[in-house]
Amino acid sequence: MPTTDRGDEVLDPSAAAPPADRPAGSPDVPAVEFRNAVKRFGEHTVLDGLDLTVRGGERVTLIGPSGSGKTTILRLLMTLEELTDGFVLVDGQPLTHELRDGRRVPVPPRRRKQITRRIGMVFQQFNLFPNMSVLGNITEAPMHVLGMSRAEARERAMDLLRQVGLEQKAGEHPSRLSGGQQQRVAIARALAMDPAILLLDEVTSALDPELVDDVLNVLRRVAGTTDITMLIVTHEMQFARDVSDRVLMFDGGRIIEDGSPEQIFTAPGNERTRSFLRAVL
Amino acid sequence: MIWSWERAAEALPVLLEGFRITLLATVLGTLIATVLGLAIAVLRRVLPGPARAVLHWLTEFVRMTPLVVQLLFAYYLLTGVSGLVIGIAVIGIHYSTYMAESYRAGIEAVPKGQWEAAAALSLPASRTWRDVVLPQALRATIPSLGNYAVAMFKDTPLLFAISVVELVTAAQQFGARNFAYTEAFTLAGLIFLLASYPTSLLVRRLEKHLAHY
Repeated sequence: MPTTDRGDEVLDPSAAAPPADRPAGSPDVPAVEFRNAVKRFGEHTVLDGLDLTVRGGERVTLIGPSGSGKTTILRLLMTLEELTDGFVLVDGQPLTHELRDGRRVPVPPRRRKQITRRIGMVFQQFNLFPNMSVLGNITEAPMHVLGMSRAEARERAMDLLRQVGLEQKAGEHPSRLSGGQQQRVAIARALAMDPAILLLDEVTSALDPELVDDVLNVLRRVAGTTDITMLIVTHEMQFARDVSDRVLMFDGGRIIEDGSPEQIFTAPGNERTRSFLRAVL
Repeated sequence: MIWSWERAAEALPVLLEGFRITLLATVLGTLIATVLGLAIAVLRRVLPGPARAVLHWLTEFVRMTPLVVQLLFAYYLLTGVSGLVIGIAVIGIHYSTYMAESYRAGIEAVPKGQWEAAAALSLPASRTWRDVVLPQALRATIPSLGNYAVAMFKDTPLLFAISVVELVTAAQQFGARNFAYTEAFTLAGLIFLLASYPTSLLVRRLEKHLAHY
């Protein structure tokens, strides 16, 4: 089955290793790359031959009507879903599938995990672990994935809790927190893994309106003080404007417009983008 | 009604010896059933397809055949092994298939988002089960495990079939020998009550403790 006509040396490790002058993470290797990505759920095609490149440190916001494939992109990167066809590369490394001898084959789980370890995700529904304290939620992965000592993980967690303004809640269980507080803990939990790429999936959509700003301000600060690559799915257009380097308009599993926030929000070129923005703004 | 305090006093030590067997079978049976049941439930999630199907049919088979038949089958197959040992093992295995269903329901009740959050943090599967999924699943499962433990307690008289003298059989035998059924069964009933009431209190406390967060 022919998958793509662009299978080159990066996708095929047997052909050539990445050149030494282009190590992973260098500016000219994209942090994220989708190549001819196809995702179908049964009969329904969510992504239809998508090509997308995100540079390291770039903040990209995905907008578009629901069902247009934005969230699917984040879930594919987190390997919560798998591509039907095509490829995803992270720092030039194939994530789930690669070309070997001209065939599309799965990447071994170990290499997959090495890559996803550098990716963090914050979910619409927070998904904190209800059986652990706030501190436990944040220290769990650093201790058991990164191998940090308990003391080290706690110190780091307390530091992050201070950054999100919740250090006094360290001992509470998530059920005692408001939605906005839970989401800030979820952000701290993702940051505790020191991700190179952060995926934000409609992180304020489940919140009461008055709690949205606290969460967005935390994220603005993260955007302002780190060089984490961010892919953001949001309906908060002002936030998208504030933090994004680039805005992608999705419709029907394709990117129909790709531009700077100024251009997209003030002078959208595509009629579909214009009507979408009219509806949400 | 015929009641003789003297007969009752004679019956008590015999019944308590029977009760010791009942208790032993229940406690060890529960232990086997809770551990094995959990193992079955988890394996049914993690095993590859064909192995999972085999396990499924094995547990279905055990669940769908009567306990007495299993007791007799094992007893006559494994001659030379003590009836009590066989009884405990068979009761434990039998109930493990029921408990596995409870665990399964508890595991399925853990929201998908919990698995996804664990995956997003790169938690290995073993950690995800141990720290995230099972603590939440068990909380939902404990009450029905308690019910099965009580049911097991009440099934122990079936051990009579393989010549194990537990509480009810002891009462029956004492009653027959001395024509003192009233004393024997009244005391047997009281002993059951005295044992199950604290147990149910314990289960309830455990439930409350687990519901804490």
